[in-house]
Amino acid sequence: MTDGNFGFADQPASTGHQKTYIEAISDGLATEMANDPNVLVLGEDVGGSFGGAFNVTKGLAERFGDRRVLNMPMTELSFIGAANGMALMGLRPVIEVQFADFISTGFDSIVQFAATTHYRWGGSVPWVIRAPSDGGIRSGPFHSQNPEAWFVHTPGLKVVAPSTPADAKGLLISAIRDNNPVIYFESKPLYRSLKGPVPEGEHSVPLGMAAVTRQGTDATVISYGAMVHQALAAAGTLAGEGIDVEVVDLRTLKPLDTATVLESVAKTGRSLVVHAANRLAGIGAEIAAVIAEEAFESLDAPVMRIGGLDTPVPFSPPLEDVYRPDQHGIAEAVRRICSY
Amino acid sequence: MNLRDPAGEDPLSEAERRQIHYWMRLTRTLDDRIISLWKQGRGLGGTFSQRGHEAISVGAGFALGPDDVVAPMHRDLGCYLLRGMTPARLLASQLGRATGVNRGRDANLHGCGDLDLNIIGFVSHLPQSMPVALGAAMAFQYREEPRVAMTFVGDGSSNTGLFHETLNLAAVHEAPLVVIVENNQYAYSTPISQQMAIEDISQRGTAQGVTSEIIDGNDVGAVHGAATVAVERARSGGGPTLIEAKTMRMLGHAIHDGAEYVPADLIDKWRKLDPLERYEQTLRDDGVSDDRAFGAVAARCKAEVASAVRFAEESEWPDPQTVAEGVYAP
Ligand SMILES: Cc1ncc(C[n+]2csc(CCOP(=O)(O)OP(=O)(O)O)c2C)c(N)n1
Ligand SMILES: [Mg+2]
Repeated sequence: MTDGNFGFADQPASTGHQKTYIEAISDGLATEMANDPNVLVLGEDVGGSFGGAFNVTKGLAERFGDRRVLNMPMTELSFIGAANGMALMGLRPVIEVQFADFISTGFDSIVQFAATTHYRWGGSVPWVIRAPSDGGIRSGPFHSQNPEAWFVHTPGLKVVAPSTPADAKGLLISAIRDNNPVIYFESKPLYRSLKGPVPEGEHSVPLGMAAVTRQGTDATVISYGAMVHQALAAAGTLAGEGIDVEVVDLRTLKPLDTATVLESVAKTGRSLVVHAANRLAGIGAEIAAVIAEEAFESLDAPVMRIGGLDTPVPFSPPLEDVYRPDQHGIAEAVRRICSY
Repeated sequence: MNLRDPAGEDPLSEAERRQIHYWMRLTRTLDDRIISLWKQGRGLGGTFSQRGHEAISVGAGFALGPDDVVAPMHRDLGCYLLRGMTPARLLASQLGRATGVNRGRDANLHGCGDLDLNIIGFVSHLPQSMPVALGAAMAFQYREEPRVAMTFVGDGSSNTGLFHETLNLAAVHEAPLVVIVENNQYAYSTPISQQMAIEDISQRGTAQGVTSEIIDGNDVGAVHGAATVAVERARSGGGPTLIEAKTMRMLGHAIHDGAEYVPADLIDKWRKLDPLERYEQTLRDDGVSDDRAFGAVAARCKAEVASAVRFAEESEWPDPQTVAEGVYAP
């Protein structure tokens, strides 16, 4: 099984306002499709009764009709290109790339066409690419990637990475309503492992706003996606040691909410950036630079970063476990910055 | 001449045929003037000549209705002009001025998009306009609007995976798309014999299930006739069409390129097939126009282009304060 669903699909669905992260994505999609007839879904295997490799779009074709949920051949470059044309004509396509890893096959359509068009001649390209990303689930080099830095480095794109079910819904709805191309990195390891309250119906979370997920006074851990939960777990451990950690969840990676980051660092004087993507030239490097430039006066310790190793994402558990950041490494790094 | 039915009446009125001639002449005149400006050092960056492609860009573009959308490429000056993008705006764009189509943000014909004129601007990465035009066509289908999208692509670009992918997807969705392949025998310095092992690019359309045909790309009547049939087919739900227009790139790839690699006899052969001269001869033969009228058209085009040059050269440069404006749509 290469493109499997990692055994998560068979778990029972949650009820009421508690939803899994993946149910919240489906909810956001359905909510916005019901709101706006210009929203349509396209991607590989998203249509019919199947509903995508992870079942995110399951039921949408039945509910909204096959014309609004289009199966695409496995040709990311051309179907993202087609979404560019649809978006220029006023539609709001939501594209599923089956795994974030395959987004590279559509690269030109994203970074050359979609990202530059408004700047060059004013054409607006309001699509969303949903990219199931991240690892830790033993899926090997081509089903575990976190390629967000490529897109954060591209002017004209917006990039979001929700860490909770409520944000998964709210950021998706905002991304669909935004008049620019937005890449929405959803976290596979959170899909069915994380449950939380999700507002019914209308619910949007503005792009470009970080959230302080845990208040603290001694150090700031800045993260996004699944790593937020590792940071929270580390904060729990450290609380027992008398270290009070603040956790900032970036939620949107482009545009970055540097104000919230800087405010937190001004308070704590110590900061650590954590992401599952490899560390070299990742988002953490940018945030560390911003903190160094803007908050130097408040720093009591060097800004630290934790990220994946500079290797492809390895498959075997002993290898992936050293590749991938976790709460223990985060706790250790916080102890270090607190020892200054 | 109407190639669909060589013996039959041209489906265009005499007035329309004179319009087509005017657009071809204007295209040639503006193109020639751009070359001379650049040779005089009055240009900015690089630029492309479209010489020899007038029949394709004008003939195909003329087959579209005002609500149809077009995504032209770098040899399709004529198509921009006939859709209403003025020589003044186009030249101001080429000179990087604030009054240009893209306000100094993109070079030569790149990024000359304007949705008020239903023109989608291109990026360098060829053939990126193809899937975008397909997406426009799919949007029309989705909203059940009787509109058609047309795009242009070169022989070189027809070798890409994206070319094949787009045709395949267009065929699957029976999209109202018309793809004009401008087979001008070269991709930069590389002759077609070194690019592909097949004789006709139209085969590639056939292979993907797209109705495909080959026409004489230097015969504007043939181009317009084939494009009209394709547009009608698309509009009536008959799906996409590929038209391979055989022609020759008469100058270098771009202004800097002397194209010494092109055999002189090939150019000589195609010079005798010049699309503008041929159309003038047809109009003479058919009694639709005459040399006196052609002279008047040429003078009018020359005056329009001269005033466009003045406008562009006198236009203000973009304000450096605006450099970061417009990266994002509001
Ligand atoms: C993907 C890509 N690679 C390289 C280039 C550089 N380039 C610009 S035009 C061109 C040749 C294009 O040939 P063709 O498609 O036949 O169009 P023509 O210029 O002959 O009209 C090349 C290689 C490009 N624009 N896009
Ligand atoms: Mg060519």
